[in-house]
Amino acid sequence: MADTAIHADATHDDHGEHGAHHTSTGLSNNKLAMWLFLGSECLLFGGLISTYMLYRGRHSENLGPDQVWDIPFTSASSFVLLMSSLTMVLAVTAANRKDDRNTNLWLVMTALLGSLFVAGQMYEFTTFYREGLGFTTSLFSSSFYTLTGFHGVHVSVGVIILLATVGMNIKNRIHGNKAEVVEIVGLYWHFVDIVWILIFTLVYLIPA
Amino acid sequence: MSDLTTELGDGYDHPNEAVKDAIEEHVPPPPHTDPLDHPGEHWSDLQFIYLAIFLAAITAAEVAASYIDLGPVFIPLLIVLMLIKFFCVVLFFMHLHFDNRWFSILFYMGMVLAVGVYVVTMFTFQFFVK
Repeated sequence: MADTAIHADATHDDHGEHGAHHTSTGLSNNKLAMWLFLGSECLLFGGLISTYMLYRGRHSENLGPDQVWDIPFTSASSFVLLMSSLTMVLAVTAANRKDDRNTNLWLVMTALLGSLFVAGQMYEFTTFYREGLGFTTSLFSSSFYTLTGFHGVHVSVGVIILLATVGMNIKNRIHGNKAEVVEIVGLYWHFVDIVWILIFTLVYLIPA
Repeated sequence: MSDLTTELGDGYDHPNEAVKDAIEEHVPPPPHTDPLDHPGEHWSDLQFIYLAIFLAAITAAEVAASYIDLGPVFIPLLIVLMLIKFFCVVLFFMHLHFDNRWFSILFYMGMVLAVGVYVVTMFTFQFFVK
């Protein structure tokens, strides 16, 4: 009876003070779920990228990739997103050090860089539309806007998650392991970055 | 509770102290493989900055290559540079290199499945046939 009480007390103490949830696998269930989600996202973006690859040649003569792409501008956008991955990883290391101030600073920087990327994408879409490349203009345009649009939505969702994390961190509403929460947000953000690494090369740099 | 104090021995002013000591002695530490507890296995901020500079340099090389006529080497070169960037981010920024292998298994399972399915689909549509 006393032994049971000791174990019950120990369990309560572990959860209450440190917020750690020890699982039967020894792994964090939240992190496991995020990796599983990212694995499934590979299938989503794989489908969108391969659809674009199949239809990238299906366009009119004057509105193909070679006519509309602005490589220097897209390269700058890629650089911005790549740097946002750096600021994200710096946020994660700051969270591991329990340095709340720098964690929030780097998370806000990441959100700003992500917003800059989305703004650039909106500018790019507007320019293409003014040049006559609408969503239904050709199979090429439909598959291009669907692929890059889905990616843009993922970046936008990531920015919202980053800002929500900062807000919760400031108000001290993150229960449990704070560093792990920031790391899981970081996993999502880096995934968005690696998808753009693929899109930048396969869609923009490799000629149709 | 006084019985418990007697059972665990003298020297305890309060039964709770006896309980705490008993926990420390008899309850083994729970299994824990979280790499966040092993800072030695992680990179410093400076190392991440060097990696980001390396990735930016690769991006610059990719863009430069698209302006130079490299002939048949061009596409394989771009693919190799793209894969280097991809795996650098996955292994180091996403900590997969330092983390438990089950995370790698889950992610690579989805990735290999996606690549396999869509390469077969593209073969079906004769994408690789000129």
